Amino acid sequence: MSSGSPTPSEVRRVRDFVSKRARAIPPSGIRKFFDIAQTMEDVISLGVGEPDFVTPWCVCEASIYSIEQGSTAYTSNRGTPQLRDAISRYLDTRFGTRYDPETEIIVTCGVSEAADIAIRAVTDPGDEILVAEPCYVSYSPCVTLAGGTPVPVLCRAEDEFRLTADALAESITPKTKALIANFPNNPTGGVMEEADWRGIADLLVDHDLLLISDEVYAELTYDGDHFSPARIPELYERTITLNGFSKAFAMTGWRIGYLCAPAEITSAALKIHQYVALCAPVMGQVAAYEALRNGGAEKDAMVREYRLRRNLFVDGLNKLGLTCHVPKGAFYAFPSVASTGLSDVEFAEGLLREQHVAVVPGSALGPSGAGHVRCAYAVSRDDLKEALSRMAVYLESLK
Amino acid sequence: MDEKDRILLHLLEENCRTPVSELAVLAEMSEEDVRERIGRLEAAGAIRRYGAVVDWERAGDGNVAAVIELKVSPERDFGYDRIAERIARFPQVRSLRLMTGAYDLQLLVTGPSMHEIARFVSEQIAPMDRIRETATHIIMKTYKENGTTFAGREDVERLPYSF
Repeated sequence: MSSGSPTPSEVRRVRDFVSKRARAIPPSGIRKFFDIAQTMEDVISLGVGEPDFVTPWCVCEASIYSIEQGSTAYTSNRGTPQLRDAISRYLDTRFGTRYDPETEIIVTCGVSEAADIAIRAVTDPGDEILVAEPCYVSYSPCVTLAGGTPVPVLCRAEDEFRLTADALAESITPKTKALIANFPNNPTGGVMEEADWRGIADLLVDHDLLLISDEVYAELTYDGDHFSPARIPELYERTITLNGFSKAFAMTGWRIGYLCAPAEITSAALKIHQYVALCAPVMGQVAAYEALRNGGAEKDAMVREYRLRRNLFVDGLNKLGLTCHVPKGAFYAFPSVASTGLSDVEFAEGLLREQHVAVVPGSALGPSGAGHVRCAYAVSRDDLKEALSRMAVYLESLK
Repeated sequence: MDEKDRILLHLLEENCRTPVSELAVLAEMSEEDVRERIGRLEAAGAIRRYGAVVDWERAGDGNVAAVIELKVSPERDFGYDRIAERIARFPQVRSLRLMTGAYDLQLLVTGPSMHEIARFVSEQIAPMDRIRETATHIIMKTYKENGTTFAGREDVERLPYSF
């Protein structure tokens, strides 16, 4: 039989090709919600982890011009020298961390790739990699794919979702190799200030652990300045700093992130990067360079707007009885739905079905997220107000 | 003026009908503080007035608008101020600015027809003392006004969920 649908036995045989590792990766926790939302016309989505803003026009314009000029080829594996230079200066002036553009920075296809190659560069089979949860969903699968064992470390509401020394100490075993942390945090909006990092620095040093710090929301810090753990001298040599342009400059679709670490680690990550990605897209690199040169004012304006939205939305949530700590960073509110008596999954599904408001159940982002829902306030203030009034109607219907 | 004032001014510029209670939440201050600050900004003239950005074309009003450039001989002691003051009094003049470059004063004038605007310029403005030259440019289409883009762009569709 040369054409036509495969017979059931052929289907089964194809399934057999899938590796045990790939099969072990759990499916997305929100697939069902996605399907429900697709059937609705008027969904207000607070389920999106990306800015609603369009990339600043100067950035688009620079990239369009470079394409017109024929700049469409591969770049250096590490990324263009201009961009690495600009990133190095930016990190120094903005966050006080120093990385050599020649040997300590790799431009990647978004922070997603940076996290992947960082994890693969340091993980041996059997290593336990601690993951501060709740968190972005890709870290644990990347650890699994690298042959390591992801171990959750819980950040709790009563600590404003900080990572505490106690929680960390409890999870460390002789097999522990590294800690992955993301602050400001997706989904909680929690931040780690300097004192918080200093509080766990000794543990990391004493147990000889590596820190992978995903700081993609660094610019979205509202009360006080972002603190990069690599600024602590004893952590610098054991830290891989990840950052990117997606959130700060509204550039999710351009896929530009970067990895910074001491040269020895960077060289290992570079080998992986050059075989899986070769280089980040040149159009995105041109755009990112322009964002650092001229995008600052628009970035600041977006950050101001996020802060206004946070104030509006968190105030509204608390008035509805959905208790929510004030998130100091990122663009997520992470209210507790305990007062409704529903689980986070039930609440999220009911709210979507009854009132067409999409939020992400916290348990989809790690066990300690249970009982909370993630609401991205990266939507207009009008939409936030509408979402709040729909939530009020939904809560009323539960009584 | 401090950062809080600046936030209030931006919010009011964007929508002057925002209730005080909402301004208070947005700007992280008490309602009383909002009222006090707005009062001060009004008194200081930082807030000139509260108005709407109207797309008259869309509203169905056939008003015509023109930019008029004037070359003016300045007066000893007063420069351009006195002549500008006289021109500003005409209700047809929507805005008036002193410019660097090839001409001096720039007017934005509106009227019910091109004919009316031409008449206004030739009969009221051009004959004034110290006006040396006028150039009238009819506005054909407005793309952006006071930071607001008029032609609607299509919304880009985003996924309902992403991590």
